[in-house]
Amino acid sequence: MALELQAVTKRVGQAVHIKETSLVFEPGRFNVLLGETGSGKTSLIKLMAGLDRLASGKLLMNGRDVTGLSPQKRNISLVHQFFVNYPHMTVFENIASPLRVAGLAASEIQGRVEAAADVLKLRPMLKRRPHELSGGQQQRTALARAIAKESTAVFLDEPLANLDYKLREELRDQLPELFAGRGAVVVYATSEPAEALMLGGMTALMQDGRVTQFGPTAQIYRRPNTLVSARVFSDPPINAAPATKTGDRMRLTAGAEWPLAGAAASLADGPYTVAVRPHHVRPMHAEASEVKLTGPIMVTELSGSESSAHFRLGEDTWVSLAPGVHPFEVGAAHAFYMDPANCFYFAPDGALVA
Amino acid sequence: MRKVNQKGWLFVLPVVVLVAFNALIPMMTVVNYSVQETFGDNVFFWHGLGWFEDILKSDRFQAALGRQAFFTFLILIIEVPLGVIIALSMPRKGFWVPVCLVTMALPMLIPWNVVGAMWNIFTLPDIGLLGYFLNHVLGISYDMTQNPTAAWITVITMDVWHWTSLVVLLCYAGLVSIPDAYYQAAKIDGASNWSVFRYIQLPKMKQVLTIAVLLRFMDSFNVYTEPFVLTGGGPGNSTTLLSIDLVKIALGQFDLGPAAAMSLIYFAITLFASWLFYTLMTRNDVK
Repeated sequence: MALELQAVTKRVGQAVHIKETSLVFEPGRFNVLLGETGSGKTSLIKLMAGLDRLASGKLLMNGRDVTGLSPQKRNISLVHQFFVNYPHMTVFENIASPLRVAGLAASEIQGRVEAAADVLKLRPMLKRRPHELSGGQQQRTALARAIAKESTAVFLDEPLANLDYKLREELRDQLPELFAGRGAVVVYATSEPAEALMLGGMTALMQDGRVTQFGPTAQIYRRPNTLVSARVFSDPPINAAPATKTGDRMRLTAGAEWPLAGAAASLADGPYTVAVRPHHVRPMHAEASEVKLTGPIMVTELSGSESSAHFRLGEDTWVSLAPGVHPFEVGAAHAFYMDPANCFYFAPDGALVA
Repeated sequence: MRKVNQKGWLFVLPVVVLVAFNALIPMMTVVNYSVQETFGDNVFFWHGLGWFEDILKSDRFQAALGRQAFFTFLILIIEVPLGVIIALSMPRKGFWVPVCLVTMALPMLIPWNVVGAMWNIFTLPDIGLLGYFLNHVLGISYDMTQNPTAAWITVITMDVWHWTSLVVLLCYAGLVSIPDAYYQAAKIDGASNWSVFRYIQLPKMKQVLTIAVLLRFMDSFNVYTEPFVLTGGGPGNSTTLLSIDLVKIALGQFDLGPAAAMSLIYFAITLFASWLFYTLMTRNDVK
């Protein structure tokens, strides 16, 4: 039971929408597609669902080639960002619609719809029509349809994007357990790094129609293979600045320098890119080993219990994200500190080297 | 006691004046005529509801009403499904969209009397393109100035040619507003083309379709210019629709009383039928 993409590409006219991609999605855990809007998540999902044709490559489901198969023969479900339900059918009929097309017995349909409705707490709404439901209930109806169908693969294309904050959190917490133990391959597309981390499982990072990295979510968060991957999987965007290694010291073009230890110490001398996540850049000094970075503050934001400050570091703008409320003054120079142990070092070609 | 500010009336006044001059006053003139008899010299006598009774009982009115109802029935039964089918088969994106839209809109841009004149010349047996072709090339006897059936076919075809576009454009607007996601969901479900139409396109088109049916009903029930220019109500009285008959009575015979009574009955029928259509078509909608 797996969904396998072998050197898949997609073209529209001359434009390449999906560059050659090979992936294996396993059932039993969440597979997250993480990338910005326009990075190719929806295109890839439409390819896997059979709504668009591959330009080249093969698509296997449980080892069987489904490349040329129509969507209905693939036994899949797709939940959209918009709430897509048949407007003039009740919730019951909406959930039952794929089962009716499949020609199941009435009792079987009844049982499956009710079971799915129970899981998604839609029991009291079965007789209503979609426009009588809230956004969250409409999207739960779409999810119930996917569950009742017992699909081999379920594609969730930013299903929470149009829900308000509270509902989004609630439904996101339920999602992994909803599909646990159903044996379906679940692919979840999102543009929010935080969502990928919360859902766990596997994550494929996407940028410009290419999967830049694929692996267990926590692992690729900790070790992004390229600067591009690091940028995709960081919100606010990861801080990066040019630096030069000489001997056992790394020196930022903008000024600060520190001694290297571990793997970084054995790198060849030359130019590198140093990157560090915003929450590893703090406005206070804590450890002696921390490096001091000074620059004028450009923008400050207060979000709940965290403060963020954008400051100028040489040619680049860096962001510091720290708990608590800090008295930043826009325009004034401020000192920030980072622990070199949290730094990533990328070679000039973008590959992670230490 | 609270002092009531009466200035509000001033703001409503322009609308009241406007509506009075374009609807109420002409309408009340007709009501006035409908209950009086005159023998000229601007002298009027009270006639009560006599004209209404006469009109409703007259064979002439009933026949005209029957022809009118039959005409409208044919128009709706042909134009609405045809309009939906054409709208469904039009492209939703690409180069051909503007071409189709402009082609569809063209007939509606032609003035009504020009449409009547066009079709008149087009179907004349000896000089008209269609009339000549049917009679002298295909050998089918077709003359709408002589044969009532030919006249009816021509009147109906002309209206279909002129007004199906309205249904098409309204339905098309409803269709293109359906997000792609619905079609994708249907594809994944394996829904047939019929199911897509029945459960996605039709419900999403329902509101514009209601408007289309209402507009086509009212316009076809009140139609005057095109059939009048085309056939003048003939041959005989075979295509004399209500409005044509009304004009004959009012301006031909100058029977003001009966014509006014007939106008009011005509108006009442149109109003009632429109209300009925609208109520029936929207009764399942949840507000």
